[in-house]
Amino acid sequence: MLEQFAQLTINGLITGTILALTGVGASLVFGIQRIANFAHGEYLTFAAYAGLLLNATYGQNLVVATAGAMAATAILAVAIHFGVLRPLRGRGLVATSLITVGIGLMLRDVIFMVVGPQTRQFEIDQTAVYDLTLVRISPGQAVAIAITIVVAPAVALLLARTPIGKAMRAVADNRDLAAISGIDVERIGTYVWLLAGALAGLGGTMFAVVQGTFDPNLGFQVLFLIFTTVVLGGIGSAYGALMAGIVLGLAMELSTWSGFAGGLEARFKPVLAFAVLIGLLLYRPQGLFGRARVF
Amino acid sequence: MDFLNLAFWTFVASTAGIYAIFALGLYVQFSMAGLPNFGHVAFMAIGAYTMAILVVRYSVSLPVASMAGIAAAIVLALILGIPSLRLRADYLAIATVAGGEIVRYLAMNLPDLTGGPIGSIGLLGPGQIALYNGGWQRSLDELTTALSAVIGAAANRDLTMALMVWSIVLVLIVLFRRLERSPWGRVLKGIREDEMAVTAVGKNVFAFKLQALMLGAVLGAAAGLLLALQIGVFSPDDYQPTLTFYAYLILILGGMNRLWAIPVGAVVFSLLYAGTRFLNFFPLSLIDSGSRAFLRLFLVGFLLVLFMAVRPQGMLGNRRELLLEK
Repeated sequence: MLEQFAQLTINGLITGTILALTGVGASLVFGIQRIANFAHGEYLTFAAYAGLLLNATYGQNLVVATAGAMAATAILAVAIHFGVLRPLRGRGLVATSLITVGIGLMLRDVIFMVVGPQTRQFEIDQTAVYDLTLVRISPGQAVAIAITIVVAPAVALLLARTPIGKAMRAVADNRDLAAISGIDVERIGTYVWLLAGALAGLGGTMFAVVQGTFDPNLGFQVLFLIFTTVVLGGIGSAYGALMAGIVLGLAMELSTWSGFAGGLEARFKPVLAFAVLIGLLLYRPQGLFGRARVF
Repeated sequence: MDFLNLAFWTFVASTAGIYAIFALGLYVQFSMAGLPNFGHVAFMAIGAYTMAILVVRYSVSLPVASMAGIAAAIVLALILGIPSLRLRADYLAIATVAGGEIVRYLAMNLPDLTGGPIGSIGLLGPGQIALYNGGWQRSLDELTTALSAVIGAAANRDLTMALMVWSIVLVLIVLFRRLERSPWGRVLKGIREDEMAVTAVGKNVFAFKLQALMLGAVLGAAAGLLLALQIGVFSPDDYQPTLTFYAYLILILGGMNRLWAIPVGAVVFSLLYAGTRFLNFFPLSLIDSGSRAFLRLFLVGFLLVLFMAVRPQGMLGNRRELLLEK
C-alpha cells in the first residue's frame, strides 16, 4: 500500500507539473486577453505531432523535439492571435468562446486529416522500466521529469524576476493600472500568447510522452483539466496556476489510492475532475488562493 | 452513392428537422434568455438513455418511456441550473460543457446501467442485442399505410418520419412565436439585455432563467428521442460536445434572433453536412472517405468562426437586436 502511495505520488507530481506549466499559460491568457480559450487543448495536440515529426521522422532526441514543438506552438498561438482573435476582439465573452470552439474544431480536424486517427508513439523504449525500489518510472516519465525540472523553475523565475514576467502579471492583475504605469499592454498581450503557446507545446509533448500512445484527441481530453487548473489557481494568477496544477495532479492520482476509502475507480477520474471544476466555478471562482473580487 | 438518391435525402430531411427542434431548445436558452449553454447535448443524451433503458429493461411502453426521458431532462436542467445560473457568461459556458461531459462519461463508465461504450445495443448485457424502437417502427408503419391512402405508392417509412418531424417543427415554431411575444418571452429578453433592470421591476430573474433552461431541456430531450428512434442505436460517442455546437451553428447560420430562421439554418446546415459526401472533385478527391467526417467537422468549425467574424447576426438576422456584443 505504501508502494502504491509512493507510485501514485510520483505519477501525480509528473502529471501535475505538466498541468501546472500548461495552466500558467492558459491562466495568463484568460486574465490578460479575457479569453476562455476552448482551442487550448488543440494547441497541445498540435505540439505533440510537431514533436513527433521531429522525433520519429527526423530522428531528433526528445529534448530537441520538445524545444521544436514549443517553438512551433508558440508561433501557432501568436499567428491565431493576430490572424483571428485580435481582429475579432470586443465581440463579447460568448462570441469569443464560440470563436475559440470553432478554431479548436478546425485545428483538431485538420490534424485528424493530416495524420489520421490511429494512435502514435514517440521513439522511446515503451517497455523499459526504471526500478527505484519504492517506485517504478517509465523512460517517458523520466524524460518528463528531467525537462520539467529545468523548465518549471525557469518559468517561475521569468515571472518573478524579469521585467516582462512582472509586466505580464501586472496586466493580468489590473489592466488599466498596468497601462497607466507605462506598460505596453498590447505588446505584453503578444508575449503572453508566445509564452502560453510555448508552454502548451511543452505540455502537449510531455503528455504524449508520459501517456505512451496518443491520437489527435489528446489535447481535447486534457482541456478541462487545464480549465480546472486555471480556475483552481484563480484566473490570471500565474503562481496560483503553478500550485493548482500540482494539487490537481496529485489529487487525481491519489483519489485512486486504496488506502483512501478503498480508492476511486480510475475510470471515474475525469468525472471527479469535471465535478471539481463545476464546484469551483460555483463557490470559489477566485480560486483556492485568490481573494474575492468582481471581474 | 448517387447524388439523386431520394431515400437518402428524405433521411437528411428528417435529421434536419430534428436538429431544428434541438436548436429551438438552444434558442430559448441562448437567444431569448441569454444563457450560453455549451452542454445542450446532455439533454439529448439523457432523454435517449432514459427512454431506451425503460423500454429495454423494464418493458415500459414507448410513449410512457419517452415522457420519462423528457422528465429526466427537466431534472437534469434543475440539477445543472440551480447552482450554476448565477455564473458569469464564460464561466457558465465552461460549467455547462463540463456538465455535459459528466453525463457522457457516466454513460460510458456505468455499463450496468447504460450498456457502456457500445451503447444502447448492449443494454441487456453481453451476447444479447437490445433494441428499443420496435414499437416506433410499428406505429410508423401504420402511419405509412394511412399516408399511402392519400399520396399513393410514394409513401414509405422515411417519408412518414420526415413529414412527422417537420409537422412538429412547424407547430413548435408557431407556438414559440406566440411565446416570444407573450409577457413571459418579453421578460426573458429583458433579462438577456439587462438583468439588473428586470430585477428592479420586481421579476424573479433566477426563476425565469431556470424556466428557460427547463423548456430548452424539454426540446433537447425531444430531439434526442426522435434522433434515437430514427437511427435505432446510439452510444456515448454520439453525444460529443460537438453536437451542441451544431445547434449554435444552426442558430448563427439562420440568424441569431429570428425564430423563423431556425428551420432555414437547420436545412442549410444539413445540406452542407450531408452534401460533403458528394464533393468528389479535385482537390477534395485527395481526401479519402474515412477523412470526410473530419472535413465535415472542420467545416463546422470554419463556419462558426467565419459567421462570428463576418456576420454575427446570421444570414437573415437583424444586427440591431443582438446579444453577442455584451
